[in-house]
Amino acid sequence: MIHFLVHDENDSCGVVVVEGIKAGQTLTGWVMDQDRTIEIAVTQDIPIGHKLATRDLAEGETVIKYGVDIGRVVAPIPVGAHLHVHNVKTKRW
Amino acid sequence: MDIRNASFRGYVRENGRVGVRNHVIVLPVDDLSNAASEAVANNIKGALAIPHPYGRLQFGADLDLHFRTLIGTGCNPNVAAVIVIGIEPGWTRRVVDGIAESGKPVEGFWIEGNGDIQTIANASRAAYRFVKHASTLHRVERPIQDLWVSTKCGESDTTSGCGSNPTVGNAFDKLYAAGCTLVFGETTELTGGEHLVAARCRTPEVRDRFQFMFDRYQALVDRHKTNDLSESQPTKGNIAGGLTTIEEKALGNIQKIGRHCMVDGVLDKAEVPTGPGLWFMDSSSAAAEMVTLCAASGYAVHFFPTGQGNVIGNPVLPVIKLCANPRTVRTMPEHIDLDCSGLLRREQNLDQTGDALLDVMLRTADGELTAAELLGHREFVLTRLYESA
Repeated sequence: MIHFLVHDENDSCGVVVVEGIKAGQTLTGWVMDQDRTIEIAVTQDIPIGHKLATRDLAEGETVIKYGVDIGRVVAPIPVGAHLHVHNVKTKRW
Repeated sequence: MDIRNASFRGYVRENGRVGVRNHVIVLPVDDLSNAASEAVANNIKGALAIPHPYGRLQFGADLDLHFRTLIGTGCNPNVAAVIVIGIEPGWTRRVVDGIAESGKPVEGFWIEGNGDIQTIANASRAAYRFVKHASTLHRVERPIQDLWVSTKCGESDTTSGCGSNPTVGNAFDKLYAAGCTLVFGETTELTGGEHLVAARCRTPEVRDRFQFMFDRYQALVDRHKTNDLSESQPTKGNIAGGLTTIEEKALGNIQKIGRHCMVDGVLDKAEVPTGPGLWFMDSSSAAAEMVTLCAASGYAVHFFPTGQGNVIGNPVLPVIKLCANPRTVRTMPEHIDLDCSGLLRREQNLDQTGDALLDVMLRTADGELTAAELLGHREFVLTRLYESA
């Protein structure tokens, strides 16, 4: 069963696509561009549609999704943690 | 599906354009004429009033856009005939004359010197004749190349970029290869992915025009912003759905233009394309504004991917909704025309969901009602460029 999707293997996050994901669960992710699967343990509850970090991200780092820059990290994000507006901001506006 | 040889049954209008609906609309020129327009539509069954809040003391480019949007809506091939009602004769005639160029039946009425009651009576008699006339028109078989298709997404979430937007992209790639006339837009919602759109522009001239439109909108944001626009763009709903930044939202949005389409031309708001291909239209990313502009540009069917469940429709343009978020499909099924959540479970591929969307499109073009039509969603929202004088 696929729990989360990653667009490209160089991305730093994945999208949870099932409901009810709880902290401590080990999730299976589908890396779409390379068509392979990976496993990551989540450290927090993550709602459907929200993202988890697929590797440790330090403050100031760039978040990659679709192989492209989607913003900057404003608070450290360990692998498996919830990645959203509380720890990532736009670089554009 | 080999869409290249597909056909649909539509209404051929006086100017050769083909529509998939047969509306008789009552179009107010201004806010003051809404009441009379709605009264006419109440008198004559089958006439549809399209009220809106603008049309007074606008000037310059904003006024030009107002007229272009009203005239374009009247000229849309999904419209059989138009009653125009304004407060005074001058601007009423301007809208009537613009619509008359399409060759379709149109008549104008004004309230000053007549009052609402006499205006409603006169306009109702004309609407009676127009609806009678429209009811005698028949659908005829037409090649797919006669169908103009627009797209714009709304209340997107991360499933939009994974599922529903790439499904539109797959369908657009197939329609593009078939020689159809397509459009996308949402200028600010390309922010962070504008380089990807620029790289898809057919010629340096098209690229320069696209970049001009993009930079113009960025300057507007820079001029008026008081923060990073979070909760406006991306919206509160986008954020609730998991989208974090405008860049992330833009990269999902851009999936709608597929992998093979090239951007053949650039349109200003409500401008009519001059040939087949994929057009970029400079436009707001607000759903009803953008879809209203697509209708005014002459598009006959609209693809609307949603994640969290935007419920929008349009008075004259059938809006087909598709969704890949299983929770939205479960909780708001009456709003969704195509469930493509199987993509996220790896049960379907894009070729399959793209074909499924084309199938819904052909059925809609043949007359099957969309969810938004069944639920009475007729959002008609005119884009304003600045304050009235």
